[in-house]
Amino acid sequence: MTNPTSVSSAGSWLLAALLLLPLLGAVVVVALRGNDGTAKAAALGFSVVEFVLGLVAWFRFEPSGARLQQSFSFDWIPSFGVHISFAVDGIALVMIAVIGLLVPLVIGAGWADKLPEGRSKGGFFALILLEQALTVGVFAATDVFLFYVLFEIMLIPMYFLIGSYGGQRRQYAAVKFFLYSFLGGLIMLASVIGCYVMAGNELGKGTFDWATLVQVVHDAPLSTQIWLFFGFFIAFAVKAPLVPLHTWLPDATAEAPIGVAVLLVGILDKVGTFGFLRYLLPMFPDASRKLAPLVLVLAVAGIIYGAMLATGQRDMKRFLAYVSIAHFGFIALGIFAFSSQSLTGSVTYMVNHSIATGMLILVVGMVIARGGSTRVADYGGMAKLTPVLAALFLIAGLSSLSLPGTSSFVSEFLVLVGSFPNAPVYTIIGTVGMIFAALYVLWLYQRVMQGPLRGNALVGAAGGPGTMVDPEVGAKRAIGDLSGREKLVLAPLVLLIVGLGIFPKPVLDIVTPAVNATMCQAALVDPVQAVQSGERQLQCR
Amino acid sequence: MSVMTSVLVLAQAQPAQPAKIEAPPIGAIWPILIVLGAACLSVLFEALLPRHLRWPAQVALALLTLAAAAVKLVTYVSDAPAAGETAMFGTLAVDRPTLFLWGTLLALTLGAVLLIADRSVEPGGAFVASAAIRPGTVQDRAQVASTGMQTEVFPLTLFALGGMMTFCAANDLLTMFVALEVLSLPLYLMCGLARRRRLLSQESAVKYFLLGAFASAFFLYGVALLYGYAGSVRLSDIAASAAGSDRSDTLLFAGMGLLVVGLLFKASVGPFHTWTPDVYQGAPTPVTAFMAACTKVAAFGGILRVLQVAFGSTQWEWRGVLWGVAIVSMLIGAVLGLTQTDVKRMIAYSSVAHAGFLLIGAIALTDKGLSGTLFYLLTYGFTTLAAFGVISLVRDSSGEATHLSQWAGLAKRSPLVAGVFTFLLLALAGIPLTSGFVGKFVVFQAAVASGMAPLVVIALIASAVAAFFYLRVIVLMYFSEPAADGPSVTVPGAFTTAAITLGVIVTLLLGVAPAFALDWAGSGVFAIH
Repeated sequence: MTNPTSVSSAGSWLLAALLLLPLLGAVVVVALRGNDGTAKAAALGFSVVEFVLGLVAWFRFEPSGARLQQSFSFDWIPSFGVHISFAVDGIALVMIAVIGLLVPLVIGAGWADKLPEGRSKGGFFALILLEQALTVGVFAATDVFLFYVLFEIMLIPMYFLIGSYGGQRRQYAAVKFFLYSFLGGLIMLASVIGCYVMAGNELGKGTFDWATLVQVVHDAPLSTQIWLFFGFFIAFAVKAPLVPLHTWLPDATAEAPIGVAVLLVGILDKVGTFGFLRYLLPMFPDASRKLAPLVLVLAVAGIIYGAMLATGQRDMKRFLAYVSIAHFGFIALGIFAFSSQSLTGSVTYMVNHSIATGMLILVVGMVIARGGSTRVADYGGMAKLTPVLAALFLIAGLSSLSLPGTSSFVSEFLVLVGSFPNAPVYTIIGTVGMIFAALYVLWLYQRVMQGPLRGNALVGAAGGPGTMVDPEVGAKRAIGDLSGREKLVLAPLVLLIVGLGIFPKPVLDIVTPAVNATMCQAALVDPVQAVQSGERQLQCR
Repeated sequence: MSVMTSVLVLAQAQPAQPAKIEAPPIGAIWPILIVLGAACLSVLFEALLPRHLRWPAQVALALLTLAAAAVKLVTYVSDAPAAGETAMFGTLAVDRPTLFLWGTLLALTLGAVLLIADRSVEPGGAFVASAAIRPGTVQDRAQVASTGMQTEVFPLTLFALGGMMTFCAANDLLTMFVALEVLSLPLYLMCGLARRRRLLSQESAVKYFLLGAFASAFFLYGVALLYGYAGSVRLSDIAASAAGSDRSDTLLFAGMGLLVVGLLFKASVGPFHTWTPDVYQGAPTPVTAFMAACTKVAAFGGILRVLQVAFGSTQWEWRGVLWGVAIVSMLIGAVLGLTQTDVKRMIAYSSVAHAGFLLIGAIALTDKGLSGTLFYLLTYGFTTLAAFGVISLVRDSSGEATHLSQWAGLAKRSPLVAGVFTFLLLALAGIPLTSGFVGKFVVFQAAVASGMAPLVVIALIASAVAAFFYLRVIVLMYFSEPAADGPSVTVPGAFTTAAITLGVIVTLLLGVAPAFALDWAGSGVFAIH
């Protein structure tokens, strides 16, 4: 097993390019915002190049090499030991790749969206590219100060994306989103300062370097660890979101434009679970073990609560938020069940959730774009009008409920199998969530797509003046099946869902070394290995 | 006692030399002398120059003064003794923190003078043409329409600046008191000089004066008690007496309490902040900017020196009380700020919250706490200066439109002004990549290192609460529909543009590359003589 904090700087230009390209793109797109057409083309161009760069970074990554690769670093505030340093491990890399995948799709999906009056497409896409640069930075930062800075800064473009381009109650949703995350972040700042001061006392000079801080903090007394743990945990639990801190997500998802909702659920929220893995387990191993039951309770509560509320939702966008809350429960369950299988499951869950739920959100967005309503009751029998859309809705839904053969099944299975030995009761309760998942997905599909054609959004009855009704099918004329652009947006996601469902090895290969290193830093013993080798401790070089 | 020992040490060091009386070194205090001398000259300008020449002459004099003082300061810093020295027979201590504070004050005053000198935003300037005219009369309406102004505001500014610089450097309590009055009296007058809404302006001047007089009385009473305790008003003598004596602590702590109340009043730390919202709202906006930025710097400079030099040894007795004061200040600022509907009052409550954060740094009583607080003062001063500069631009027919509802949809009409103000609000809220975040970070880090973690957690929660009212303004500007008869944004003239640009650039620079300023702030500690 490799040293959990070893660093290699080969290919660092790739990571630098990954960080700077979207920034450059944002500037260019802002400059071009006068002309919608060129701005859109530029945004798409930059995001596609970024995706290709992400793939190159993926192939350049050596799973058997150092833990942190493609690293680079220079001084920022020398008197406080703050560096601008970035590097990726397997977990960060897959997330960066997912960002690279989702952003062009989101841009493609939002190509023809109507924006609120007075807003330009260029501004919208520039903010998305800026958000992309910042989230890549958050996953790649290896200086805790830098991580915190990016963690807070990334709220601002998202705040404007929701607040400027969202639905009716967008102001409320944007402020709620910002305040929740900002408060969580500030509490984390207290812990960051605490770690820094500890490092200063122990080493003589404070540092924010992640690897060094892990060394300093991880054998602190339990009581200190618990305080510091809570600072980070609250910030990440708001982001992830775990149950009592989740209430911003349904509002934010419901009000955000559909593409922004994809980024919010697919990327921003993953920062929380990523933080569990990168910061909580390695830095505070004793506190993590001590407080694992608490997190597991919240995780399982999230699974059940999210599933129940998703079942009862009347609004499709809020439905998506609660589905995600349930899924984040599974991810947290896997992380705090402390076995290499469950951790690997959680990491792949993060990827597959972004793909599957991202697709579900996009599909629902396409339904809403046709019907002009987010209420489930306004739809019915839509499959008759839009058979291809219905089929893709079903695929996304089945992937969300982790049907075997879809990529989500692999990760959910790994989480449950890996969690059972350490947390059997929680795992059993969590499994009930899977049954709920089948219920809420299939019931939604049935209500929206199946049966006779009905609902105000589809049938002309309540359509405003000027609504054209097709006399042959009795539905609004404007409702047609997927356009070529929409098919092109969804196709890669379908391929990945099926492809990674059958052959998940590429992702597993990349993340396994990082997961093992995390296990090792947290001094966690794999139940399976412990039985086989009789050892109490994993050997870490 | 300590004087005797130091004489003895001197005598031992130079046994052969005959005792010789040296001329007091004034190289160190040239900046103060320049500022006060120019203030006197400026008064003569008022008396002797014809009316139409006064404004250009005063503006030129003020800018030249600041430049000359800055040049003297910079040349002195390059070969100043690292440990600092005293001047004027030991009444002024010119050490690294003093020099940093002087530099900060000069730079901030430059910004404030630019705002004061501006005559394009409000035709004729923000100041009344003739302060003696009664508000509401025919003459008053005539002066609103005229383009004259009371150029006495320039000598008053320079005197206030001289007082502030002396205040930061004062090495004994009497000098400090005199400096306090020199800085306060001009400010009281300046508050009452607004061209529009003169009743509000005069009310604020009277309120500030009466409460300020009370605070001065507290301060002076405290000085008297401390003199009774230590037999000296020198800060180091008080420290020496407190460190090793069996005298009654009652005098010491009663005196210290009264003294600190006077100081906290000037720094507008809650619960001694009650003047702040009214005065910030009523005073002409350039004066508010000057007061908010420079008075805060001077007052905290004084607080830092008094607490560290005179009372450092007794900190375990009084630190708990100041913990409480800091908490009260942060909570008052954050919570009452939520309920404000006027931009200037909102920034006033924000300044109360910031005073609480600053106090946390001041009571850390470590070198890190000192440098952190100094840095915070620098960042806060520039941000708030630029914020008031922007506030002065949003106007309707009756003057500045400070009611929050009038700011709705501002981003639609003038995206640049809304963008700049958003940036400044984010800096006040302490978002990373602005100077406000780095300032908070260094102060909180010093506080955690000196064992005040619970206080820091409270401070962070207060920051989050305060963030809400900054956000509310951003929401109003960006996400709300503009009112039909809303205010318009004046295109600022060169002076105001320069002041706002200065503030914004410093806010950004200290947020992105703060290393050099942190090094300056941390280059030395208070000299104890």
